[in-house]
Amino acid sequence: MKRFLLARTGQAALVLLVMSFVIYSLIGLMPGDPIDIMIASNPGATPEVVAHLRAIYGLDQPIVLRYAHWLFAALHGDFGYSRTHSQPVMVVLLPALWQTCKLMLTSFILSVALAFLLGVLAALKPGGILDAIVSLFAFAGISVPVFWLALVFILIFAVTLHALPASGISTVGDGGFVDQARHLILPVTTLALANTGQFTRFVRAAMIETLRMDHVRTARAKGAGEGRIVLIHALRNAMIPVVTVMALSFGGLFSGALITETMFAQPGMGKMIYDAILGNDFNLALTGLLFATLVTLISNLLADLAYGWLDPRISL
Amino acid sequence: MRYSIAAAALAAACWAGAAQAQHDTLSIGIAQFPSSLQPDIDAEVVRSYAMGFVIRQITAFGPDWKNSCLLCAELPTLDNGLVKIEDRPDGKKGMAVTIKLKPDLEWGDGVPVTAKDIAFTWKLGSDPASGFSNPNPWNRASSVDVVDDHTAVMHLTRVRADYNQWDQILPEHIEGPVVAKAAGAGDYLTGTVYNRAPLTPGLYDGPYMITGYDSGAQIVMEPNPHWAGTKPGFKRIVLKHIENTAALQANLLSGDVDMVAGEGIGLTIDQVLALQKQHPDAFHYEFRPSLAFEHIDLKKENPLLADVRVRRALLMAMDRQTMVEKLFHGTQKVATTWVNPLNPYYDPSIPVVNFDLAGAQALLKEAGWNPGADGICTNAAGARLSFELGTTAGNRLRELQEQVLQSNLKNACVEITLKNEPARTLFGETLKKRLYTGMEMYAWGSNVTESPLRTLGSSQIPTVANNYGGSNYIAFSDPKMDADIDVAETELDPAKQKLVWADMQKIYAEQLPVLPLFFRSEAHVTPTWLRGYQPTGQGDLSSYWAENWHPA
Repeated sequence: MKRFLLARTGQAALVLLVMSFVIYSLIGLMPGDPIDIMIASNPGATPEVVAHLRAIYGLDQPIVLRYAHWLFAALHGDFGYSRTHSQPVMVVLLPALWQTCKLMLTSFILSVALAFLLGVLAALKPGGILDAIVSLFAFAGISVPVFWLALVFILIFAVTLHALPASGISTVGDGGFVDQARHLILPVTTLALANTGQFTRFVRAAMIETLRMDHVRTARAKGAGEGRIVLIHALRNAMIPVVTVMALSFGGLFSGALITETMFAQPGMGKMIYDAILGNDFNLALTGLLFATLVTLISNLLADLAYGWLDPRISL
Repeated sequence: MRYSIAAAALAAACWAGAAQAQHDTLSIGIAQFPSSLQPDIDAEVVRSYAMGFVIRQITAFGPDWKNSCLLCAELPTLDNGLVKIEDRPDGKKGMAVTIKLKPDLEWGDGVPVTAKDIAFTWKLGSDPASGFSNPNPWNRASSVDVVDDHTAVMHLTRVRADYNQWDQILPEHIEGPVVAKAAGAGDYLTGTVYNRAPLTPGLYDGPYMITGYDSGAQIVMEPNPHWAGTKPGFKRIVLKHIENTAALQANLLSGDVDMVAGEGIGLTIDQVLALQKQHPDAFHYEFRPSLAFEHIDLKKENPLLADVRVRRALLMAMDRQTMVEKLFHGTQKVATTWVNPLNPYYDPSIPVVNFDLAGAQALLKEAGWNPGADGICTNAAGARLSFELGTTAGNRLRELQEQVLQSNLKNACVEITLKNEPARTLFGETLKKRLYTGMEMYAWGSNVTESPLRTLGSSQIPTVANNYGGSNYIAFSDPKMDADIDVAETELDPAKQKLVWADMQKIYAEQLPVLPLFFRSEAHVTPTWLRGYQPTGQGDLSSYWAENWHPA
């Protein structure tokens, strides 16, 4: 186990190093640079000013040298300065991360709980009315575009009913727990519905397959109750493929809620990374993407550990 | 009866009071967020808009597009003696411009705004190491004399027409220590208190000051207790960042935001027109003509475009008037040149090129282009009259414009192939490095009386040698235009200015280096209860006069 963890940590470090160089180079390959964005429609930007600004921002150096400077500083805990926020990277990243944690963890927990409930119920009687309703719900969740769902929720709950705030993270002058929770309801519901459909399909499929296995039939023959059969004998075995999907999704949550964050004006990681890439903000984009990579690696590692717990036959 | 009237009056007063209290906060939706609060680092419209509430320029062009004082007591002119032509040590002529600050100006912490702040800002702005993206306002002067607490004399290196246009000043008592600590180039950029501690009251000399700041989310402003001008009408102004414009519209309808900034940082004009159609009474709508000049750049080196008759025929074949009427309900004005009719130097005698399909076809024939079997013109050498037209991909309005123009030009036997690119590719590579082959449609903006040096001056053609600086993407080069630009930058006599501007417009209209389309209008959506709001349509934005905004 110790050797496994050490090997995976080493792999993760290597992946992060390679990713950092690849991301830095890819951002550098994009057309234009931060100064082009800065001087657009700027009457005072003479060629001399442009040249000087490029030197100040270090953009007159080759990209490999710039990356080496960044890597050296990052290894010493300095992730640089965000050009698009005019603040140190960590000052920008940490509040965005906190906002993402609130949004994503809540929606993830909600969607996993819903998916297990609906997936198991649907699997108990495949082809039945409940299964049809759950499948309809799941397909709707998968196929409805998130931006459309977000707009519909805003129009119903904010514009028509005036029951919930349409956007933002808190009301100016309030900002208490209840106020923040009210601001989270619509984005969390939107994200949860979108994720629930996908997770439900996986849980349902895995449960149907497991419920047909010999050990379940044997349990039934031994007179075990249906609740025990489902929860103890079937669900645990059905979780292995589901855990894989959820682990991968969990990593993506920290970089992938761009649309929801944009629609509900939630300043989280997805929007921060997107804006940083568009604004050629190397330091912020790189640190944000590396963080998302790290979370994906960790969640995959946790999934591997979970396999061993779920199925003792799997050794690490 | 008397008691009834008194009761009614009391009820009305209470109602009015309640209405006033209800509107003590003004929430403004913005689709972009400033990357920095330091007024000089980045030339962003959204930054100017946000900072317009809290820090003032010395002078600004008002809604009437006339220059006036915001921080100064009197606009410096030759007539009032505050401007003098002086001999410089190098034997050339320069100018001495006296700036007299209003006597009761104070920063948000109660420290007086003085001429020393002007000298400090000049010193910082003139130093290339400070990283100002637009040092022009300050490096025009070679030295500054602080005469007294409220008077500074700026010594300009040459005679120039923009001598009485001056930007905002920075607080020396706050930013001075940062500058003193800055060891190398760019250190000020990362150290400025505007970004490190934006809630510091001493940073602001406007009617409001920033009291809450969530980067990327919102900016909260409350009245500056040391502001001596008109008392601000709101207890709080909130700039709320909602990037998606559909969500911004929904927020407007739900009441989460009261209004949307109209200076190109909120809803697009088609969205506002649709909103007006659906909710005509819910808001006040205003379409303000602006300096943003929508046009099509023509590739100078394209041999098909070398003949001015072809360029003129292209313009004649475009039904620009119908396009602005159908797409924008006539809220945008067709352009003759880059000079807006609201500009004091606009020359109304320059003829408008009206839609004339038959005339365009005749002109093409005269230039040797005749329609082929497929309806597209060819010349004697067998070349097809075919061009690529590009613009910013994903900009729905521009894509609609493209389709209209493509259809218009096809009727005149001109083939147009659309080739759009993301904005950063278009501006970062294609235009900058002049990689386009035929036509590129986009807009440029300018200040009210800014000369066309940036876009038409031969010194501003982007090249490898100047590291692709300058915005003369059409590589326009004409000695007469260069000479006129030089005069426009230095001539002090308004009558002579008008003449030289007329000449520049004439050259432009005759040579047609670009195809002018229209001037964009700003679409302002404000609550019906807001009073005192005046959009400007130019670079000095409505927020520069935010102290006049108040609820009804």
